[in-house]
Amino acid sequence: MDWSFIISTTLLAAFGIEAIVFGLAAIGLNLQFGYTGLLNFGQSAFLAVAAYSLATLVSQMGFSFWIGIVVGILAAVLLALLLGVPTLRLRADYLAIVTIAAAEIVRLLLRSVTLKEWFGGSDGINDFSRGFYDLNPIAIGRYTIGPISLSQDQLFIIIVGWCLVALALLVTWLLVRSPWGRVLKGIREDEDAVRSLGKNVYLYKMQALIIGGVLGCLGGFVYALGRQAVNPDFFGTDSTFFAYAILILGGAARVFGPVLGAIIFWALIQGSDVILRSLIDAGVPVVSLMTASQAAIIRFILVGAGLMILMIYRPQGILGDRKELALDAR
Amino acid sequence: MHRRFLAALGAVFIALIALFALAPTAAAEGEQVSGRLENRVDGGRTPVPGVTITVTGEGFTESTTSGADGTWVIPVPAQGAYEVSIDVATLPEGVGLTDPDKVIIKTTVQPPNINRIIIFPLGESTAVTNSKWETAAQLTFEGVRFGLLIALGALGLSLIYGTTGLTNFAHGEIITFGALATYTLNAGFGLPLIVAAILGVVLTAIFGAFQNRSLWKPLRKRGTGLIAMMIVSIGLAILLRNLFLFFYGGDKQAYTEFVGLAGIKFGPVAVTPSDIVVVIVSILALAAVVIGVQKTRLGKATRAVSDNPALASSAGIDVERVIEVVWIVGAALAGLGGILLAFTQQVSFQMGFQVLLLVFAAVTLGGLGTIWGAIVGSLVVGLFLQLSTLVIPSELKNVGALLVLIVILLVRPYGLLGRRERVG
Amino acid sequence: MPDSPVAGSRKEAAVQALAAVPNVPGAPKPDPILVADHVMRRFGGLTAVDVDHVEIQRGAITALIGPNGAGKTTFFNLLTGFDTPDSGSWLFNGKDLAGIPAYRVARMGMVRTFQLTKALSRMKVIENMRLGSTGQTGERLWASMLPFTWRKQEREITSRADALLERFNLLAKREDFAGSLSGGQRKLLEMARALMSGPEMVMLDEPMAGVNPALTQSLLQHIKDLREQGMTVLFVEHDMDMVRDISDWVIVMAQGRVIAEGPPEDVMKDSAVIDAYLGGHHDKALTASGVSFTEEDPA
Repeated sequence: MDWSFIISTTLLAAFGIEAIVFGLAAIGLNLQFGYTGLLNFGQSAFLAVAAYSLATLVSQMGFSFWIGIVVGILAAVLLALLLGVPTLRLRADYLAIVTIAAAEIVRLLLRSVTLKEWFGGSDGINDFSRGFYDLNPIAIGRYTIGPISLSQDQLFIIIVGWCLVALALLVTWLLVRSPWGRVLKGIREDEDAVRSLGKNVYLYKMQALIIGGVLGCLGGFVYALGRQAVNPDFFGTDSTFFAYAILILGGAARVFGPVLGAIIFWALIQGSDVILRSLIDAGVPVVSLMTASQAAIIRFILVGAGLMILMIYRPQGILGDRKELALDAR
Repeated sequence: MHRRFLAALGAVFIALIALFALAPTAAAEGEQVSGRLENRVDGGRTPVPGVTITVTGEGFTESTTSGADGTWVIPVPAQGAYEVSIDVATLPEGVGLTDPDKVIIKTTVQPPNINRIIIFPLGESTAVTNSKWETAAQLTFEGVRFGLLIALGALGLSLIYGTTGLTNFAHGEIITFGALATYTLNAGFGLPLIVAAILGVVLTAIFGAFQNRSLWKPLRKRGTGLIAMMIVSIGLAILLRNLFLFFYGGDKQAYTEFVGLAGIKFGPVAVTPSDIVVVIVSILALAAVVIGVQKTRLGKATRAVSDNPALASSAGIDVERVIEVVWIVGAALAGLGGILLAFTQQVSFQMGFQVLLLVFAAVTLGGLGTIWGAIVGSLVVGLFLQLSTLVIPSELKNVGALLVLIVILLVRPYGLLGRRERVG
Repeated sequence: MPDSPVAGSRKEAAVQALAAVPNVPGAPKPDPILVADHVMRRFGGLTAVDVDHVEIQRGAITALIGPNGAGKTTFFNLLTGFDTPDSGSWLFNGKDLAGIPAYRVARMGMVRTFQLTKALSRMKVIENMRLGSTGQTGERLWASMLPFTWRKQEREITSRADALLERFNLLAKREDFAGSLSGGQRKLLEMARALMSGPEMVMLDEPMAGVNPALTQSLLQHIKDLREQGMTVLFVEHDMDMVRDISDWVIVMAQGRVIAEGPPEDVMKDSAVIDAYLGGHHDKALTASGVSFTEEDPA
């Protein structure tokens, strides 16, 4: 078995595009679900509108990179408003169903033949990232960091991505330790109580939904630029659920929970995947009964089982405090 | 508790393998695109030979003609995106595409689907277009039929939600389980379809009871929160769906001996025998459950538990027993829904997942946890879904149905038949 | 918060002010803080609340009593903006509250507590208290990210919170999670938290429910203190001993309507009240306190 390949692939997943994209999505969810208790099951739609605003504006309509970014963020804000206005007055489970429905609407529209002219149908869009890589100050060449070797463009998007993660963490950290963050936690515990104390709960929930959506949408940009392509089916419900798994793994309502979760999640997923493939290639008995396509499914089986086991045995995740969670006797 | 849960999870795994390992898996050699051209008129299927099919993509073009049995195969050199087109001019007289947009079908050949099966929807040439009114009548019937299928899923979901508070995201996989079990018994073990379907419902009911006993009941005993349980159900859904995919592959499969009989015309509406079976069986099943809930002692106990579990328990009702029955009935209904759904959509690992959102939409529309609400909501969703295709492209009909869900919740935040709760 | 005069004087003032008020439902008060007219709320076919007219005297402790299902909590919810009536109007300090959302009602000086205590479990006691203060700069989104804009106010809020925690004997629990408190301590915390906003009127929904008897006296004293500090108190309660002990005025509801009003001693002799409690409820076991007022019945 080629251990250096296994290690480099695993490290690249843990610190590369995947971890950044899902880390940002989970940071947004952390503000919404972890701190405010909002069940946003449509986080993938926030990534989608950002990624597609960029891709469509640049590729299909000829606007510049920066306009794509600004419109993408505005689109995420608009989506939060559209989702929030009807649902934030409803019970938590209704919010979950409406957000998941809205995310599915977004995905179906993006992949539709009817709107293919703008969004490229099920093939997506792929020529929009030049404006970004033109900004790359790193000299052309390959850069070796430990066992990983990256092109200047890969290195650039990873650096930009981690800077965005750092920025998102800073914003979250400032927000949740302020009186504003205190109101959010109060809403998570009991929104009627907070209302009885003179707080406009609806406004705070809306703010949390918007900020969480905008932080998550940064992940959409990183996905689009990192892959240099957007594809509608990446923005399905499974991506949202992966972000939840990551948040719970790291620890909800902990500032660093989502990032730690994303790193470990992708190391486990990609690591197990590449080890399994190596075993099959090496012709190890039993394991090699699996076809390559079956081996690719194993990671999803692991995510499902892992999410269940985590939620049952360690709902506080890695960083959380079990005693704190046990107080929640609802 | 830890040991029991893990043992149970293992048991599920093994049981699934035992069931599915016997399933015939589609033999996939190299990358290819294939299909079988069938003229579907009045529920019957006749092969259509001599039609030219062309595959282009990834710098590759290849044409072939369909054989005497209607099949065609075009091996492709590599994984990637391809366009498959049918030469309409080579179709025999009177045969046409029922969906004129489907002259070109796009597909992606990639694991796990390196053998892409393309189905061109052939049927009576629709050159003679139906009047708008006739189309509407046909769509209304199809909407009711689909609404009834959704209701089978929605009623179980709603009953389980009402008695346990669980928003079960793994309900779609129960629907899939029913269809897969029936398919396995029918195509794998060669049982007649009716026998396989009955056994499929029974197996799904057992699956529901087992799921409740090994997973949800222990979680309730530990006092796990509702949101935590919802997230567990998401994990279970991902797990089961991918287990199905692992053992069955990503292709759609049809029941064997599924021969259509001649269709019947009721006024403007064309109805196939399978439509009639679907409608009658679902109405009977729904009616049986509704009457059971309204009239029988157990049904009354179910309603009492839905209203107030603590009060029901203190009134001498065995709450856990009621919940177990609800799981059995709810799973059986969902399984039946999946079995019947596969009559028109074929069996696939994600068929339940694909309708789950519509089932949720139906239940939410009707008001979470109300029995009539679930049925009314389902019919609304089914009808809207089909009738909306009069004005919007049919690929966007799900968008329309989900939008309606959001709009209705704006107007009636507690669903069509739901009631709002008191604060404090 | 209003100044504290000599203990006891506010009680006498309240009793005196109410002395001339006739014991009839909807009686006008000399200085009403809250006036409700034709407030009606239906759930399906059931009329939960149908109050023609009721006034609450400023600076007094008013009890709202009635049998189960009389609509007391629903009436509370309507008055505080947690539920919307089908019709009716109600004024607080002369301002119309119809259509005003709950949080604005609270900001206007009418705060409430809940029958099932709503302590914010996974927050520390001191954080619960800080949350109670209104008008915080740091609760605004943009200011919250700039700690220097709200640090000073936060210190002032904290010292006020500590003072209240001390008064309610909760200072030792300051850094504990609210979820770890006992039922009675949660009631105390909820009341103290409500006082953080400096309200004019405090609405208590069953303040004694689920409270350990050892804490009852202390809670009663706290409610009396509210009046002594110039606040108006309206509370829902089942415990007749408590009602008699602390209230200056009693309003009785049955089947959604106000059926009687008056000082506690008079109301408990009222035949309409006894009918409401006993009529149609003969099968229900009477509570010890329920029996105590039937003994005073001259008939």
